[in-house]
Amino acid sequence: MLKILKYSFYDLMRSRWSYVYLAFYLMLGVMLLFLNNDLSKAVITLMNVIIVLVPLIGTIFGVMYYYNSKEFTELLLAQPLKRSSIFMGQYLGVALSLSMSLVLGLGIPFIFYGIFKSNAIWDFSLLLITGSFLTFIFTALAFNIALSNENRIKGFGYAILLWLFLAVIYDGLFLLFLVVFEDYPLDQFSLIASMLNPIDLSRTLILLKLDISALLGYTGAVFKQFFGTNFGLIISFMALSLWVILPVFRIVRKSKKKDF
Amino acid sequence: MVSIQNLHKQFNKNVVLSGVDLNISEGGIFAVLGPNGSGKTTLIKSILGMVIPNKGDISVLGKSIKNNSSYRNKIDYLPQIANFPSNLKVRELIKMIKDLRGNTSEDERLINLFKLNPFLNKKLGNLSGGTKQKVNLVLTFMFNSPLIILDEPTTGLDPISLIRLKDLIQSEKANGKTILITSHIMSFVEEVSDEIVFLLEGKIYFKGSISALKTKTNQPDFEHAIASILTENHA
Repeated sequence: MLKILKYSFYDLMRSRWSYVYLAFYLMLGVMLLFLNNDLSKAVITLMNVIIVLVPLIGTIFGVMYYYNSKEFTELLLAQPLKRSSIFMGQYLGVALSLSMSLVLGLGIPFIFYGIFKSNAIWDFSLLLITGSFLTFIFTALAFNIALSNENRIKGFGYAILLWLFLAVIYDGLFLLFLVVFEDYPLDQFSLIASMLNPIDLSRTLILLKLDISALLGYTGAVFKQFFGTNFGLIISFMALSLWVILPVFRIVRKSKKKDF
Repeated sequence: MVSIQNLHKQFNKNVVLSGVDLNISEGGIFAVLGPNGSGKTTLIKSILGMVIPNKGDISVLGKSIKNNSSYRNKIDYLPQIANFPSNLKVRELIKMIKDLRGNTSEDERLINLFKLNPFLNKKLGNLSGGTKQKVNLVLTFMFNSPLIILDEPTTGLDPISLIRLKDLIQSEKANGKTILITSHIMSFVEEVSDEIVFLLEGKIYFKGSISALKTKTNQPDFEHAIASILTENHA
């Protein structure tokens, strides 16, 4: 598996898109720091960008890489390699190179700005960790979609729909539900509902760490009680890990039964 | 060498193989023939484990291939369409496959044989179809495996490379290897193969030598013998 990982990683590192992605984050980081002149505020703005963009890039890159490397995969399948190691190697190659672009692209400007001396370091690290989690989650989901769809256009369509659903539509439905059932106690429901969407979960996690939960009113207090504690943090990270593990598990299972 | 029992495979509703039984003994050149869509590639891919059969057993060198990947160490496979990762260089691809399968020194000799030296530093995406096929051949023949599977090996090759390929196949046969070939070029098949396996509608219609096929169909030459099978079964 490590050899496949090495080649996939190497292959992506040489592709133009990795550099574009890296350059984008570098520019974003520099620009935000330049405009805000304040680390904490820059972190908040950054969160809003990351929470939406990272899943989108993870999804598109995942689907694109799978379809583009089809020939390479077929070449590998005729070699004495296990199927699970071929696909896990490719998945990890994509997810790791994307996470690396994210961490390096944002890390470098913030380090030069002096993040190590500021107390925003923990918020910033949390941001990078959840960003990497989101990359791993959405790349895995993208691989699942691509494995199940021979037709590229369909695969791309489903992947974009998935992103749209989790990033936008889910929140809309959630809000609608809260409005319709506002007479009932909803804090349990909202906690669970935000656990079930990795994007919402990451957003809540970061917002509450940033201590602006006062803006969220009563539900915010409930959330703070839950996510603000170490227990909540651990549960959230477990939920995020589960979001990685389950799709990865399906990649392995699906790939074992597929015809090439 | 390879034994297949009651192999069934369908893709959605399209039944491709329906009960193939085949035994391929050690040594010699076997040609798998059949009209388009008769399941030649599916059969080969099943042996390689790339297609998972619905029913049936396949064993290679006495071992079942189910949930097994190490047996592929004993197979050299030439895929039908030589599509390689396009931003890799030829040299890097050869190095990579060597890294995955173990070292060999045969590649130098094959690169010289097919005159690939000027292309080693070019990207695979920029190569012509014939040159890609030559790279494909180098990758296949550079390992010394007892079973060689060639899916349409002649595609895109110029006459001189075709002669070299035939020599290569004969020398591998002389080394006691088992070679499985599919091709639509009947003259090529007639020239190289010892025995043919004819697939028709997902079953094995005929297995034996070319002369046996000629007597069976009452035709003087091989091409007509094949044609007569096809017209009889589709008329």
